Parts: sequence; C-alpha cells; structure tokens
Amino acid sequence: MPNDLMDKIEKHTIAVLVDNEPGVLARVIGLFSGRGYNIESLTVSEIDKENNLSRITVVTSGTPMIIEQIKAQLDRLVPVHRVRDLSDDGPSVERELALVKVSGAGDMRTESMRIAGIYNARVVDTTLTSFIFELTGTADELSDFISLMSKLGMVEVSCTGVVAMSRGPNGF
Amino acid sequence: MAEELMTGAQIIMKALKDQGVDVVFGYPGGAVLPIYDALFQQNDIRHILVRHEQGAVHAAEGYARSTGKVGCVLVTSGPGATNAVTGLTDALLDSVPLVCLCGQVPTHLIGNDAFQEADTTGITRSCTKHNYLVKDVNNLARTLHEAFYVARSGRPGPVLLDIPKDVQFNVGRYITPQEVTHKSYKPQVKPDIARVEEAVALLAAAKRPIFYVGGGVVNSGLQAAKLLTQLVRMTGYPCTTTLMGLGAFPASDPQFLGMLGMHGTYEANLAMHGCDLMVAVGARFDDRVTGKISEFAPGSKKIHIDIDPSSINKNVRVDLSVVGDAANILEDMIRLWKERQKRPDSAALKDWWAQINTWRKRECLRYAKSDTIIKPQYALERLREAIKDKDHYITTEVGQHQMWAAQFLPFDEPFRWLTSGGLGTMGYGLPASIGVQIAHPNSLVIGISGDSSVMMNIQEMATAVQCGAAIKVFILNNEYMGMVRQWQELLHGSRYSQSQLHGQPDFVKLAEAFGATGLRATKVSELDEVIRKMIETPGPVIADIAVDPTENCFPMIPGGKAHNDMLLGPGDKPESATPEDGMVLV
Repeated sequence: MPNDLMDKIEKHTIAVLVDNEPGVLARVIGLFSGRGYNIESLTVSEIDKENNLSRITVVTSGTPMIIEQIKAQLDRLVPVHRVRDLSDDGPSVERELALVKVSGAGDMRTESMRIAGIYNARVVDTTLTSFIFELTGTADELSDFISLMSKLGMVEVSCTGVVAMSRGPNGF
Repeated sequence: MAEELMTGAQIIMKALKDQGVDVVFGYPGGAVLPIYDALFQQNDIRHILVRHEQGAVHAAEGYARSTGKVGCVLVTSGPGATNAVTGLTDALLDSVPLVCLCGQVPTHLIGNDAFQEADTTGITRSCTKHNYLVKDVNNLARTLHEAFYVARSGRPGPVLLDIPKDVQFNVGRYITPQEVTHKSYKPQVKPDIARVEEAVALLAAAKRPIFYVGGGVVNSGLQAAKLLTQLVRMTGYPCTTTLMGLGAFPASDPQFLGMLGMHGTYEANLAMHGCDLMVAVGARFDDRVTGKISEFAPGSKKIHIDIDPSSINKNVRVDLSVVGDAANILEDMIRLWKERQKRPDSAALKDWWAQINTWRKRECLRYAKSDTIIKPQYALERLREAIKDKDHYITTEVGQHQMWAAQFLPFDEPFRWLTSGGLGTMGYGLPASIGVQIAHPNSLVIGISGDSSVMMNIQEMATAVQCGAAIKVFILNNEYMGMVRQWQELLHGSRYSQSQLHGQPDFVKLAEAFGATGLRATKVSELDEVIRKMIETPGPVIADIAVDPTENCFPMIPGGKAHNDMLLGPGDKPESATPEDGMVLV
C-alpha cells in the first residue's frame, strides 16, 4: 500500500462479542485510553442472557495500521469471543436512537411537531408545554434533526451511540 | 466424582498443587491469613518469605523464566497488591507466566474504603494479561485453573486473582483442572500452512537473509530453541537475537552475530540494515531494536513469526505474518524446507557472509584495556572465564552493566539469561536471582548488578539469607547511575544532573550485616581472586567490584538514529546532532 494511503485516517465500526462479566467494559475502554486510540461512540448491552454474552459496538478512527492493531488488541482480551470490523466486511446497517426534549408554546411548538413528522420521530411524552421525541436513524439524520430542534426550544438531548449489523443472511 | 467440600483457603492449596506449583513467593498480611494458615498445614508447597512484594513478583519471574513453568505469588490486600504492581508490569512486558494471588477485604466491605483496601482489579487491569475478583467460593477452583491456563497459553503473562477474605473462609466445592475449559481464550498455536509454505519459498529465494530472534522462542521452550538452531544451521544464514532472545540460538555458533539493537553489535545491526529478507521469530520490533523506524532495514522483505497477532504490523509493516507457536512453525518450516528440497543461493550467501565478516573485523566490542583500573568489560570477561565450565544462570538489573553482560557473556541455551527487557526495571535482578536459585539449588546463580540498581531491592538479601539461596551478587560499582550518566554525557552536555550517588553503603559491610559474605576488588590484580572466592564461598555473596566510573557502553545507536548510524567508541562522534524527535525518545 502506498504511504499516503497508509496514513489516511479512516472511520470504522467494530462489533465485539464479550462475556458479560464485571470489568469487561473497563477492559475495552482501558485498552483504548491506554494505547491512545479514539472512541467516537461506544455502546454495550447484554444480548444473550443464557450464555451471558454482551455485544459492544465501537466506532473508532485511525490509520489502517492502527485499525488493524485495535482489532488485534481487542481480540486478545481474555473475555472477548469475536471481533468483527463492520466497515471492512461488506455493507452494514448502522442506527442510533435519540431522545430530544423540546419546551415551548405557540408557533415553535407547532413547528417542532411538524418537523418531527417529516423525520418520522415519535412523540413519547407530552405536556402542554413540552414534547419528548424519539428518533432512530443514522448519525447524520440524528444530527440534522437535533440541529433543527435546537432552534425550536430544545432543552435536552440523549443519544445511544451507534449499534450496527452486517447486511445479508449471515450472522455474527 | 464425589463432591469435595473445603474452605476457600484449602481450595487454593489444592488447586496450586494440582497445577504443579512447588514454591510460592509471598508476604503475609491480614487479608491472606486464612491462606497462610492452610499453607502452614501442608508440606507440598514451599513458601519463600520475601521482604517486599515487588521482590516476590521478580523472584517468581526468575523462577518462571529459568524453568518454563508458571511462577506463583501470594500477597495481601492494599499495599501488598500495589507493591506487586511493578513486578506484574515487568512480567507483562516480558511475557513471563505468573499467577499472583492477592487478598482482598471481605466482600461486604469492598468499596467502603476499608483498612488495607485497594481497587486491586482496577489498578492491575492494565498491568496483567487478565485478572479476576472471585466473589463466590464455588467459582474459586475454576477461576484458579483458568488463571494458570491463561498465564501459560498463547503469549504468556501475569494473571492476578483478587480473593476477599470471607471467600477464603467459606466452604465450597473443588473441581480439578481437567474439569475446566476456557470458553473464549483459545490462542492460535498451529500455523496456517500456506503461509509457512510461502515463508519457506521466501527463505530459499533470499540473497542477504537474516534471522532476528526474540524472547518468544525462549517462551516457547527448549524444543523451539532446538528447532530454530536446526533451521538456522540448515540454511547457513546469519542469526541475531534481541536482549530477551539471548540463548535461543547458541552464542558459540559461528552463525551468531550477537545481540542487535541500541547496544547491539556492529555486524548484527548492519546485517539487519542491509538484509533483503528478515525472518523475525518471537520478536516484537521494539524501539530499542529498530532505531529509526523509517530507516529500519530499508528494502528488505520481512517475515514475522509470532504467537500474538497484535504484535504483527504494530511497529513495522511486514510482508508475511505467520501466527502460531514458534516450535510448531519452525518444525513445519524445517519439514517443508526438506520436502521441497530447498537450497540456499550459495553464491549470494557467500558474498553476504564476506560482507558480514568485514563488519565483524571492526571488533565493535573492543575497549581500552587498563592495568590501573578495572574496566567493567574486563570484569565480565574474567567472570566469563571463571564460570564457563560451571552450570550457571545469569540475572541482571538495568543499565550499563546489563548491556555489558548481554554483550560479554555468552549463552548457548535458553532459560540461562534473565533480565528485565521491556519495562527495564531496576531492582529486578537480585530478587530474580533468588527465584532462579530456588528453582536450581545446585547451580551457580550470578546477579550482575550496578551499584544503583542493587539498592532498589537490596532488602531481598535478607530473603536470600533466610531461604538459603546462595546467590552471588556481582556489582559493577561505578558510583553513578551509569546509563543515565552516559546519556547526560552524550545528549545533555555532560550535565550530570542527580546521576552521581553519594552516601552509598559499604557493600562488604552491608553483606555482613545481612549475614552474607562481602568481597571487594578495587585493583585489577584483585579481580580474579575475588571472583574465585565469590564462586567458592557457600551462601549468598556480594562482590563489590570498583570499575572505571567514566566508562561508556558501546556500540550505541543514539535515539532516533538508524542501524547504520552507530557510535562505536568514545572517540566516535555522531555525524549529525541527535534530531529533536530523537532526543524525546528514551
């Protein structure tokens, strides 16, 4: 690979299957901080109660050599079962969920409702002076929605970070 | 199998026995009293009482690295655990298999800032290969067996178990090692044979090849070293080793070029620089080895054989990687080399050796001899003569004496050379010697030391005296932190900031105060006699050798320079000033 390509910073989404045991998240995060890797987003949740497995999705960036290192370093953590680079292994689906609270009355309130409709955001809580919208989508869609809402009385926002899965019939 | 119920402390003893542990290095305290009680009531496992927990870990490293077995440490909670941290980090960097058992406050007090409580699993997460907090006595046996498995498999390393005191008292079920399999940790030990095939083809096509061998071959074991030697001799190619790899290939073999890297030989470094094929076996392209990365072995193809996939392409991009245990890979390489009837390109190889021999003629380890003052290199040459026919092990501390020992003492087999390579821990050598001596009670164990390093764990002399470890501490005393002084001389305008030691103890009296023997040589004429006495005197000995305080360690590749940019001696000035990006390197 030519040198300029080698130095190019790429963004990768990596899925990691781990034993759901105390400290496993600290191990993963400690690996990133200890070795100076970036974390753009990180989500973790139990996905298999019976086998006690959790899935971590981490969005990171670095040169191809760094990305390769990150995967190898993750893979050698003792409680890690599998590491998969969703950005390398063909097309994948990535989604985030955001909760956005908008307060206000009058035109702003109506306008926020109208834009929420355009984005297919759901209303999950309402009072006479506020809404909480729930929106799932790509990071870009969420970011567009949040920037519009910020002009319409947005008072609070909470995002999950990316969860992702490869397209096609094959499992993890 | 009938259920065997026992206390946590008894489970620990049984698991250690079943794992083949015959000695534990440790220090008691409140949170491990039940384990010490169980230890008291059995006779299979010997306990070596150290004087500081760091000493316990280094002693266990010495034991492990000189036997190929897992070393075992037992320390108490809080300060016991934090004192062990340096040793654990050392073992992690040098891939030494250890299991460290650590007491913890009872489970109901965890998180309450209880007396002698520390977040041990939190603190040691990044300095162990893996660690566990065992909260249920019924998981204790399984976790212990897993810990030993993780410590010794794949790339070995230290594993810590944090065991709350109530878990040591509670009664639970014991299970045997055979009943435990690890569900996620299964390192690849057998190579992808297509890659081995490719490696053999590259090996046969090379014109200027070199084997670059690291501590991974030592970790893989005696068989790997034997196979490596066989392959190197079959091909007739030159071989260099890293600091940690010394002994993996016989130093007495004419194909051995000596150690490479910052204080490696001229011929090894220039052969690395000029090679067209590098075969790295169990080595990790550490900065002490590569020098300036962008000028590292330019124009060479690189094969990297390693058990740890994360070592591949970490510092240097390689052309072909083969992941697996070195012994398996080397065996396959030898078999395929024979089956495919490969032959080295003998004409090219002849030219390559001719070139290497011109480099060898520089005699890069030559130093200015003296009749009036003991040169440290001379002291090591005399020591080498005195021990060459004796079954011996060498440990070192860290600094100039360590590099001189690596340059001047030959090792023909693995497990005989023990040094702190990755972490560079001053204070490693003395306790490590004790661990080696415990494992090999009838061998001669010599700890080459500097006068600064030896002070870092000098309290372990009491351990040696108590357990009857007849270690020989050979201090090259230059009244400086020699390597710090050398760097200050070469890179910081000879401003010797805090590197001279005043108020050092009289090492002869110090040895006597510990109940050991102290010897001293200040003149060249006294050296041989002191060495002879040191070897012949029973029990622990400190030999204080007053050496030339201004001697520097050469050859040297200054930080940020390439392999072909070496300083060969005191009169040798660098062609250009060390660049700023080189100055920041350590």
